[in-house]
Amino acid sequence: MIRLDHVSKSYEVGKPALEDVTIHIDPGEFVFIVGDSGSGKSTLIRLLLKELEPTKGKIYINGQDLKKVTHKKIPMYRRNVGVVFQNFRLLPDRNVYENVAFAMKVVESSNRDIKKKVPSILSMVGLAAKYRSRPSQLSGGEQQRVAIARALVNEPKIILADEPTGNLDSDNTWEIMKLLEEINQRGTTVLVVTHNMEIVRTMNKRVITIKKGVVVSDVGGDDYED
Amino acid sequence: MKISTHIYNIGQGLKNVWRNKMFSLASIATMTACIFLFGIFYSLGTNFQSMVKTAEEGVAVTVFFTEGTSQARIDEIGKEISKRPEVANYEFISAEQAWSDYQEEYFGDNPELAAGFADDNPLANSANYEIYLSDVAMQSTLVSYLEGLDGVRQVNKSEVAAKTLTDINQAITIVSMAIVIILLAVSIFLISNTVMVGISVRREEIAIMKLIGAKDAFVRQPFVVEGIFIGLIGSAIPLILLYFIYGRVIKYAASEFNFLSNMVTFIPVETIFKTLVPISLLLGIGIGWVGSRVTLHKHLRV
Repeated sequence: MIRLDHVSKSYEVGKPALEDVTIHIDPGEFVFIVGDSGSGKSTLIRLLLKELEPTKGKIYINGQDLKKVTHKKIPMYRRNVGVVFQNFRLLPDRNVYENVAFAMKVVESSNRDIKKKVPSILSMVGLAAKYRSRPSQLSGGEQQRVAIARALVNEPKIILADEPTGNLDSDNTWEIMKLLEEINQRGTTVLVVTHNMEIVRTMNKRVITIKKGVVVSDVGGDDYED
Repeated sequence: MKISTHIYNIGQGLKNVWRNKMFSLASIATMTACIFLFGIFYSLGTNFQSMVKTAEEGVAVTVFFTEGTSQARIDEIGKEISKRPEVANYEFISAEQAWSDYQEEYFGDNPELAAGFADDNPLANSANYEIYLSDVAMQSTLVSYLEGLDGVRQVNKSEVAAKTLTDINQAITIVSMAIVIILLAVSIFLISNTVMVGISVRREEIAIMKLIGAKDAFVRQPFVVEGIFIGLIGSAIPLILLYFIYGRVIKYAASEFNFLSNMVTFIPVETIFKTLVPISLLLGIGIGWVGSRVTLHKHLRV
């Protein structure tokens, strides 16, 4: 599903943000990527989104070599990867419904499908009643649920979440993590980048630790020690 | 892209004009100011050129014939003159006509003074062609040609008038071209800059679209629609303003400065607008279109 073979990424010569990273993630897995600020976690997400190109090594997603995905084909590739950001990145001038519907418009879904699917996905994330609210009228947790709904609406096989709880209080953090776990139980591969050790310990999932751009451990939830 | 997607994007583009009210207003205002100035200078320049052209049309070259030249030869000379590209029109003035015109001009009030010449036309040898030029700058070329013709005795010309008019015409052309080019360059710079700032402010929106799998064309289309719409409004407003202002200025000039009407004639607004409307619309829509495409290009590399 996700395979990184000896991947390195340097922004400056001699200062690698990621160095010789090899990771294999199977379909349906829930994996945490942990590490301090500047350890290379976000670079990893950006590589998986093909926002960046690796300096060395190869990345395969669903068996597809990302190097062979041309600029023109990037949109089609990204439609199979849902993404959730720390700062939600919603379109501020559109309401909840429009933000989610927009993701379906992008993939040219029919209006009938959009009208059918958006309300059901908003129910799933518990925001059906707030479909007309603007992002600015929602709490951080609610905004993140809209972002998750947007990431999910096109049924991607993978969800990448970059510090999804970074801007949330404890209650909202657990709600979001429960939602991501539920999504994973439906068969979607979930990759969560975080530095929140409490959720990593409690969720008991596979944990990959990165330090200074190098993978220093890759263990199952039971074996994880921070 | 599906037709429904195009319709959606056109709708989004028009909604964006409203969503980004301040940017839209700033762009429309910049465009209106630039195209308005451009229109004023275009109208002024065109009118000046037209006035000079009218003055040029009054400059004539007169050809007199050698004594004893037959009417057949004079007609031949007329035919040759008519073939010249420098000639706008020409007129044959017979010796009788020349004398009659002279009497009218100089003895109009005392016809008895001319009575002594009743049977003896003092201008018997003054039949001539009066030639009006299509371009006075070509006067000397035509004069050299005419002087070389068999049967031509003398060619009268007004070198000073021709030179002055040619110089004025050249000066007006150069000055108005320079002003129009400068204004065009300033307009393109100001308008593209406004469009660029407007798009740069929304680069986050563009990045989000790209990250959720939007194709470049999908991202671009609403911006281009927005740019074209703003360009259309930004060029239509100054054109409407100019239409009314121009009409009023001409009316005012005609009523307040009556003496001007004999010296100058203003070009009708319809004639000016035949060129001004397509140029202004192309300028507005073109800058809106090109500006949004070029600026978007660098934000699409996400």
